[in-house]
Amino acid sequence: MSDVTADTLRYSDLPPVMATPNYLTHGRTLGSWLTATDHKRIGLLYAFSITIFFFIGSIAIAIDRLDLLTPAADLVSDDTYNKLFTLHGIVMVWFFLIPSIPATFGNFFLPLMIGAKDVAFPRLNLTSWYLFIIGACFTVACIVAGGVDTGWTFYTPYSSQYSHSYVAAAAAGVFITGFSSILTGLNFIATTHMLRAPGMSWFRLPLFVWSMYTTSAVMILATPVLAITLFLMTAERLFDIPIFDPSQGGDPLLFQHLFWFYSHPAVYIMILPAMGLISEVFTCFARRRVFGYAAMVYALTAIAVIGFFVWGHHMFVAGESPFANLVFSFLSFIVAVPSAIKVFNWTATLYRGQITFESPMLYALGFLWLFTVGGLTGLFLATIPIDIHVTDTYFVVAHFHYIMVGGTVSAFFAGLHYWWPKITGRLYHEAWARFAALLMFFGFNLTFFPQFIMGYAGMPRRYHAYAPEFQIFHVLSTAGAAVLGAAYLMPVGYLIWSAFYGDRAGANPWQATGLEWQTDSPPPKDNFRAPPVITAAPYEYHTAEEGPPSHERGLHNVQGTAG
Amino acid sequence: MDLGNLFVEASRGAAEVDTDFLILLLISLLILTLVVTLVLVFAIRYRRGSPAKRGLLPSFMSHEFEIGWTAATAFLFIFIFWWLVAPPRLAGSPQTPALQIQIYAKQWMWKVEHPNGAREINTLHLPLNTPVHLVMTSQDVIHSFYVPAFRVKHDVLPERVSVLDFYPTQTGTFHLFCAEYCGTDHSQMTGDIIVMRPEDYAHWREVQPQSDTLAAEGEALFHSLGCSGCHDPASPVHAPDLRGVYGQSVPLQDGRHVVADDAYIRDCILMPQLNVPAGYPPIMPSFANVVDDSQIERLIAYIRSLRPGQELPK
Repeated sequence: MSDVTADTLRYSDLPPVMATPNYLTHGRTLGSWLTATDHKRIGLLYAFSITIFFFIGSIAIAIDRLDLLTPAADLVSDDTYNKLFTLHGIVMVWFFLIPSIPATFGNFFLPLMIGAKDVAFPRLNLTSWYLFIIGACFTVACIVAGGVDTGWTFYTPYSSQYSHSYVAAAAAGVFITGFSSILTGLNFIATTHMLRAPGMSWFRLPLFVWSMYTTSAVMILATPVLAITLFLMTAERLFDIPIFDPSQGGDPLLFQHLFWFYSHPAVYIMILPAMGLISEVFTCFARRRVFGYAAMVYALTAIAVIGFFVWGHHMFVAGESPFANLVFSFLSFIVAVPSAIKVFNWTATLYRGQITFESPMLYALGFLWLFTVGGLTGLFLATIPIDIHVTDTYFVVAHFHYIMVGGTVSAFFAGLHYWWPKITGRLYHEAWARFAALLMFFGFNLTFFPQFIMGYAGMPRRYHAYAPEFQIFHVLSTAGAAVLGAAYLMPVGYLIWSAFYGDRAGANPWQATGLEWQTDSPPPKDNFRAPPVITAAPYEYHTAEEGPPSHERGLHNVQGTAG
Repeated sequence: MDLGNLFVEASRGAAEVDTDFLILLLISLLILTLVVTLVLVFAIRYRRGSPAKRGLLPSFMSHEFEIGWTAATAFLFIFIFWWLVAPPRLAGSPQTPALQIQIYAKQWMWKVEHPNGAREINTLHLPLNTPVHLVMTSQDVIHSFYVPAFRVKHDVLPERVSVLDFYPTQTGTFHLFCAEYCGTDHSQMTGDIIVMRPEDYAHWREVQPQSDTLAAEGEALFHSLGCSGCHDPASPVHAPDLRGVYGQSVPLQDGRHVVADDAYIRDCILMPQLNVPAGYPPIMPSFANVVDDSQIERLIAYIRSLRPGQELPK
């Protein structure tokens, strides 16, 4: 069956059937969207929601960043400053980053990539989105009522006893949204197990699907811990039930252990999907089989598993025992190994490729640089004597922004540009997209690289006023943020324009091998015109023997065909 | 603006942290250079349409090659751990008698008490080249005592004693920051660490308004709270004699032995049933709702000051 090659049959060779309504034109009312069980529409509902939250979170931190231009606290009040960075953290972590790639591209493409009609539980999928929206309503209500000032970490006893802001409302929003994560994870795992098309064996799964699978496992296992942690904190705050209050036998460090037992794996919920997505982009634009497919799968799995055992590295100076510190330090070094392997494998995938530099590839190359810097600075933080000095400074802020914004958000944009023709059926303006990608990379580095330096010099995070010697770094950082902001706004313009006026994309504009490209753009409601059959491993951009041709853009073998 | 002063190393150990940092920076730059160079070379050499040879991967890029770089990476990371993390953590540093200073953190200030009772707020005067042992507690939320020039930081928690040891090696004024977010004026919870030559420090301390020393205040509390009613050696109640007990190993009823340090004495005052000494009835009441943190510090200071067999005033 593997003799079905590009030469014999390729989807795009089939005559277009324009009369079939696609998923966008299947129903045009608002009601048809709000009751949609189609995974593609739910993916777009999420995309719309998280875009709003992305800009809310960005505006919040933009005001703080502007305030930081001068050492004095002069633009907003202390409380407002604190509420804005708290809002930024809560919104960006739980209402943008956690759902970003899984809930949008995962929802849209996981079933397409494994040849399924939909996810395993379509109505549950819609429920997830509504839970997300209900949680979001609590968060918005909290903002409107006056905000919350605990930082996104909700540390006790500040959150449970001392804060005079709307802590319970914010925690309720996060608590409810957590169930949305859990149900999405459950849905993805069930989908991957039950709905793979004939021939789609586990080791033929595209790496994006593997990343969704491992992310889902982390979501299901870790998120309940967050729920119980916030529940206990809220119980202490509202009903004086002493759980963490040390004057009544509780322990504030218990809160930190519970919180980071979720929140460190949550970092992997944010970065694993990015790793999977980048693998799709690198292979497509290098026209090369992914280097070390099995190693990539094992690395994803290893990160997901070991990621559960490193949470204590957030608490080296909190009062953890020295031996526990040592153990968590060791495990943190270990968890860096599979990440390093992925970086090497992506690099090796470029070797002897036939590389082009369309905008998704530019974002992916940006990801590679930013993720590597973010990962390497993680080694500094795993080294206890250095962490003692730089924890709770801007060094940490820079580190996790390199991973989460430089890594995950770059990957999100890579995916957005890679799959936009499939989602909308239209092509965006490539020159604008490349310019935005370069601007984003430049703006990001200008914003966050100075933060490494001032962090090592001792600038603490979450400071409204600061010592004057740090000003030069803050000025650079604020200037970078302005560039970054412009770079984030540009795609909003040219992508929306393209959705209405862009050229028709055709089924497979990148000549990619994945199954999602072997159907119309935009896909029909049921994804494929006929049940697909999978005949090959992913990423067969060239024959195993010969490597990619140096001039032609053609592909050797698509993963499967519809019908 | 003096950027040269940003990275001042003003304590023993600060230079080691910076050396560790530079070692890691060097390793990271090597890895980053390797990755970036390879990506750039590949991107140019294997751009679409270039005449470079494609075809099969060379035979050395096999499965063993992957195992090789995995093993190499794992070895490198574990080596860094072994080299930079393990030794300073495992080696217990023998402390010469250190200058012990009490730190009370509260929203949003640092309160300091020197051994002779001298007090200051948001300023900490220290003698040069003298080991310093901070005994810190918070009166409300979690704070963090951070002196970038010393490369030291430790969180300060309520109802818990945190200690921090360092050794200033340079005179001058250095930043003290609260590094754990603690509410509205978190960024104003800062202060100055002023390191002086020892004779200047002694002089400074002498001219501070004198109050009773901690131990003397503790002694007054020891009597006013009724501790002496049982713990006085002449008392008819069978309670441990506390003279000379500080720092000793105490056998407990359940067979354990504990060292009578600050934390132990604190537990004994607040939760007396937790660690009952062998041979004594568990009759001591808890003082949890009677004494506050600063009183406990004074009681501990008094108990620490008692010598074995010392004559106690009636």
